[in-house]
Amino acid sequence: MIRVALPANLQALAGSGRMVELEVGGTVTQRSVLDALEARYPALRGTIRDAVTKKRRPLLRFFACEEDLSDIALDAPLPDEVASGAEPLLILGAIAGGLGG
Amino acid sequence: MSKVRVLVGTRKGAFILSSDASRKRWDVAGPHFAGWEIFHINGSPADPDRLYASQSSAWFGQVMHRSNDAGETWETVGNQFQYEGTPGTHTWYDGSPHPWEFKRVWHLEPSLTDPDTVYAGVEDAALFKTTDAGQTWNELPGLRTQKTGPSWAPGAGGLCLHTLVIDPTDPDRIYAAISSAGVFRTDDEGKSWKPVNHGLRSNHIPDQDAEVGHCVHRIAMHPSRPNVLFMQKHWDVMRTDDRAESWREISGNLPSDFGFAIDVNANEPDTVYVIPITSDSLHYVPEGKLRVYRSRTGGDEWEALTKGLPQKDCYVNVLRDALATDQLDPCGIYFGTSGGQVYGSADDGNSWEAIVRDLPAVLSVQVQTIP
Repeated sequence: MIRVALPANLQALAGSGRMVELEVGGTVTQRSVLDALEARYPALRGTIRDAVTKKRRPLLRFFACEEDLSDIALDAPLPDEVASGAEPLLILGAIAGGLGG
Repeated sequence: MSKVRVLVGTRKGAFILSSDASRKRWDVAGPHFAGWEIFHINGSPADPDRLYASQSSAWFGQVMHRSNDAGETWETVGNQFQYEGTPGTHTWYDGSPHPWEFKRVWHLEPSLTDPDTVYAGVEDAALFKTTDAGQTWNELPGLRTQKTGPSWAPGAGGLCLHTLVIDPTDPDRIYAAISSAGVFRTDDEGKSWKPVNHGLRSNHIPDQDAEVGHCVHRIAMHPSRPNVLFMQKHWDVMRTDDRAESWREISGNLPSDFGFAIDVNANEPDTVYVIPITSDSLHYVPEGKLRVYRSRTGGDEWEALTKGLPQKDCYVNVLRDALATDQLDPCGIYFGTSGGQVYGSADDGNSWEAIVRDLPAVLSVQVQTIP
């Protein structure tokens, strides 16, 4: 079971808590985790990555195991600790200096 | 007894203010969608319990919601707004070509007769429509691909389609206002459009007779007289009597003719309200006084409405979508400020009270009158 930690705005949108657990088949990658997340919570479609290009939204970051994984390839395997559920994949908003009030 | 529902969009969530027709006591519900910028909430004239909301976030993009029970519960609907074909370029601030990119939904205008049909005005400027209650949105590309499109340039708030007005006597006729391009009219329900800006004068464009390039902030119509429209432009308050074929200035004795919001009294088609703002560099009310100005003569002659509004040390702004009227008699007028106050008047604007004082900055105010 993969664990994903969501920022507050997305928790509200998904109607979930901070930590959500997901079944992900095959190799655990950024793409497969986000596919599973959006399948479980369709309200999140388009909020983490572009619905068409699948590109990460620019002010979001993906962290795990004390590493910034934001820019790894969509289909690159995530760390074993994430794949095993020992460590969560953290989705968080960049500190953007009060952008938008 | 009739009820009034004021739908308030703020920088950090939506609020719904409800009262009976006396408009003396208000229930405040919210925040809905806490933390999200709510550009607009609007209800269907055909089914007032059907609401639509546009949420935007620099982090998470565009989200849309629908309610079937007057905002008690909400469900997420489609948030994909894809331009038809290859969108090409418009003009950037520095005059260079810039690709058309969807950023957010500014304004939702439900059909007058079908609760499942809604028009959405978006940034970068384009018109979208849903006919399935928000599940899918399709562009009506005739506006964006209008021949002047490549020359449209953004205002300070972006290249946004912020106002949509449907002619109630002929719903195929729709007016769209874009900052800073101007007003466009379709007579065939969005298939084809033409700029209708004759008579506008804008000092930020070199050609004073330019067809487009005017920073129109808001237009308003009284439903009983659809040939007449009122406009608050960047500078100048304007009026047309011929479906926007030509405009004339009606700023008259206003203390500043800069502003964002304008609306018309529900019972008096020649009674118009504006909230003057100091200037394009000073986005707050003049002289520290929050004053609504009313013309009972369709423009040119304006009186300040101050009773109940702060007349000292007040430096708030009122945005273009943040002034609205109800349909009761006397007419109720409502507006929200950058300081988080929502003021209401139940007597045509003669006196005012703050319904709420401490919301996040208000982006939009829409009013439903429920029989």
